[in-house]
Amino acid sequence: MEMNSLLLILILFSSLVPGILILLLHERQVFMRSFLNLLGAVVKVGLVAWVFAGYYSGEEYVFIFGLAPDLTFALQVDHLGLLFAALSAVLWLVTTIYAIGYLEGGKHLRRFFAFFSLCVTASTGIALSGNVVTFFVFYEFLTLSTYPLVVHRGDDIAVEAGRTYLWYTIGGGTVLFLGVVGLFVVAGPVYFGQTEIIANLVAENELQLTILFFIMLTGLAVKAAIFPFHGWLPIAMVAPAPVSALLHAVAVVKAGAFGIVRLVYDVYGIDTSEQMNLLTPLAVFAAFTIIYGSLKALFQDDFKKVLAYSTISQLSYIALGVAITGVLSTTGAVVHLVHQGIMKITMFFAAGNVAETYGYKKISQLNGIGRRMPLTMGAFTIAAFGMIGLPPIAGFVSKWYLGLGAIEAESYWVVLVLLASSAMNAAYFLPIVYRAWFCEEGHEMVHRRRPGRFETPALLLIPVVLTGLFSLAAGVFAASANSPLSIAREIAERLYLYLP
Amino acid sequence: MTDLPTSSYPALLVGLPVLMATISLFFKSRGNAVAGLIGCLLTGGLGIVSFAEVTQRGTLIHILGGWKPPLGILLRMDSLAALFIGITAVVGILISLYAWWYFSSRKVSDGKFTLFWSLWLFLWAGLNGLFLSNDLFNLYVTIEVITITAVALAVLSGRTVALFAGLRYLLAAITGSMAYLLGVALLYGSTGTLDLGLMGQALEPGATATFSLIIITLGLMIKKAAFPFHFWLPPAHSSALAPVSAILSALVVKGAFYIMLRLWTEVFGVSLSYAAGQLIGFTGAVAVIWGAWQALLQTNLKMLVAYSSISQMGYLLMAFPLLILAPGVASGSADWLAPAWTGMAYQVMAHAFAKSSLFLSAGIIVFALGHDRIESLRDLVAWKPMTAMAIGIAGVSLIGLPPSGGFMAKWMLLKGIFLSGQWWWAPAVLLGSLLTAGYVFMLLRLAFAPAREKIAFRPVPHILQVCALLLALGSFLIVLPSENLIQFLGGTESFGTGIESIMEGGVHGNE
Repeated sequence: MEMNSLLLILILFSSLVPGILILLLHERQVFMRSFLNLLGAVVKVGLVAWVFAGYYSGEEYVFIFGLAPDLTFALQVDHLGLLFAALSAVLWLVTTIYAIGYLEGGKHLRRFFAFFSLCVTASTGIALSGNVVTFFVFYEFLTLSTYPLVVHRGDDIAVEAGRTYLWYTIGGGTVLFLGVVGLFVVAGPVYFGQTEIIANLVAENELQLTILFFIMLTGLAVKAAIFPFHGWLPIAMVAPAPVSALLHAVAVVKAGAFGIVRLVYDVYGIDTSEQMNLLTPLAVFAAFTIIYGSLKALFQDDFKKVLAYSTISQLSYIALGVAITGVLSTTGAVVHLVHQGIMKITMFFAAGNVAETYGYKKISQLNGIGRRMPLTMGAFTIAAFGMIGLPPIAGFVSKWYLGLGAIEAESYWVVLVLLASSAMNAAYFLPIVYRAWFCEEGHEMVHRRRPGRFETPALLLIPVVLTGLFSLAAGVFAASANSPLSIAREIAERLYLYLP
Repeated sequence: MTDLPTSSYPALLVGLPVLMATISLFFKSRGNAVAGLIGCLLTGGLGIVSFAEVTQRGTLIHILGGWKPPLGILLRMDSLAALFIGITAVVGILISLYAWWYFSSRKVSDGKFTLFWSLWLFLWAGLNGLFLSNDLFNLYVTIEVITITAVALAVLSGRTVALFAGLRYLLAAITGSMAYLLGVALLYGSTGTLDLGLMGQALEPGATATFSLIIITLGLMIKKAAFPFHFWLPPAHSSALAPVSAILSALVVKGAFYIMLRLWTEVFGVSLSYAAGQLIGFTGAVAVIWGAWQALLQTNLKMLVAYSSISQMGYLLMAFPLLILAPGVASGSADWLAPAWTGMAYQVMAHAFAKSSLFLSAGIIVFALGHDRIESLRDLVAWKPMTAMAIGIAGVSLIGLPPSGGFMAKWMLLKGIFLSGQWWWAPAVLLGSLLTAGYVFMLLRLAFAPAREKIAFRPVPHILQVCALLLALGSFLIVLPSENLIQFLGGTESFGTGIESIMEGGVHGNE
């Protein structure tokens, strides 16, 4: 096999193989388990970096395996996929460190870390998929590999939550399956980027293609938690913090959003989608979800629930950016894919740290926590400011581009939606920040669950600080080469290059 | 047909298991089992080797005793037969290994079921013979051998439930056989031959052909437990011993289906009409949904798995309407025949692996707990992680999630459905998938749920779990060589000439 094809397979295997090996280990082989997991994570980051460098120096990376006549399993690298793969690889490494610290001494860790690795294999697979069928394969694999993580605690609440999670995701997957087969029959095997296939068929099969678009969009919207398919997300919060973090940042919800990006940009093509008027309904639902998620978040007291509703809202920024055409809004949508990931993972790490160190799960308990956990809450504050859209943090960059894009496309109502959402973001995040830093602690002193030199165990502290810094750096260095923004910008410019 | 390459494999495939079954009858308890296991391993190995031979040399024939047809008996091993024989071999070996440890680690007071090995080998010989047969009477003889041995195996445990279920099974199967035999007699009377190919050429459209088509199809549908003749299957399959349940549901029901497929594609071309295909497809679609719905309502694991068989077998019938062309459709433009055909083959393979794995897993649970109430699956991931894994993997293949064999089957089937424009079958396929997801995840949900009380269970030999897991993995591994397999199946005579004749018949029947 050619070296470059092999690299793609190795990227997948760097998490698949540790996952399977961990399953074969004994529950008590803690060191070996952590070692395998970290080794896989480091190797994956290295391989992705290698491919990244190679791709930018003009190499091509394609792997194709025939399953049936014209049904192929295809992996390929393009800018968008690479960006998502890099995000998955880096955040998996960080989350692995965090998870090792967070779950230390827990039960069924063998199972947990095995499926954790499989879940990342699925999300990297989604990133590297070269055609619709391969994307679907990994999309379903993601559902299956995340289920044991969601029900990890194994009590009745977790199991019930798992049931809801499955009904939503399997239902969505079935709908997507219908759409994928339909598309295959109408248009044949569609590789990402071959938008001319659909463009040539529009004249004859407009009705079928329109129906198929909305079928597939519905299937993807379930994972992307777009209203009215968002119901599973707050319930799935029962999962341990590292799982919620990864699910919200790169795995499940992001797979849905990434799928929508692929569907519009690389399957139907912007030109065709606009010509067929497919994007207006998406814009309306996305805008509604942004407002709805933020509104719901305002009334939560549970720390993780606030973050969950905030995710619902933030995810739809991506869908909204996709639904508005123009270089600027596309840039905003793609860059938000990355920015939302690093900011949200920071917030989940912070929430997990607070819960793990002091047992606080409610916002009303957070008075003065900033003084006891300055680094954790510092990182959280950066991420929260970013979500609100304050410069120079990552979130500001995405919102700025989305806003400019809306103005460029003369969709002024979108600007209003963005402003309203930012105001609400501020309304539910600022009180947390305020309580943490400026409120006095209550009288009763709660003792730390895990004593130690730092404010919380190092394995929990390092990841949150790192991702907090990433959020800051992604904003501060947005203009430099190879920042998420410049890659997003490049993707957007390529997409519109050939358009009139 | 007599000019095809000859080989002794077809004769050995039937002769060897019969010989080994007879030998094992001479021994008592331990020796019987040893001879039986050796016989199974040899038969299975032979099945795999002959499958490989067919992939190399194409269709093989064997003329028994050198007497050429129509006087003598000709065994034919084309790619369709080779596929069924290959699947039977792989699944059969794993079930036999499981059975060995399953029986040898039971207490003496539970009985040793010494007859199991001889019956299973006779059954295997019957299956191989059925897949190789090229004439209607041989098909009848082999399916009778299968019926009798299968019923005997089903009542092997000697429990009252099993005896009652076995009696119902026997009555249903004999009714089916009688219907089939009546049809065969009519056909023989009107054509003067029993050879499939010759009969296909000689059969004239008319009342006799139509009546025998109907009565034979009905008989076979009873035997394969198609809706609405499925009533006998759940009790019979669920009350049998674990390895027996696996054999019955993974392999035996496929036998009747195989005859039906052969006859429809090679003999009845002239009598088939578009409406007949639609009707069969409809019963399949109802079975898919009804079976899955019933599975959801069960409280015992083995009953659930048995109803799931009814649902999964329904998918096989849903390919039939796609194979018969609507009036006015030219056969050249029918590009959905290949997907429908391969989808059906994949469904056969995926179901054989997944279903045998599920029944073996159920056997492990019965072995450990003494019962199979679904509620007792609680906390399974903690006390039997490998079995939980096997149930999960096999279940995923039944649902048809990628990248399993079940996914390939449903993909091909849906593709065929859309290409043929018969879109009304699509909701049944998808609803079936969703309901299947419902009962599979009901099991998994319990497997992850906390136990209500401390579970006391008997230690289970590790190897039993390995066998179940390997079978479950098999339902995924069949996807890897799919490109070659599909090519291999596409080269099958039934697909080449058989489909040709069915299409001509379809068109003809509509004239």
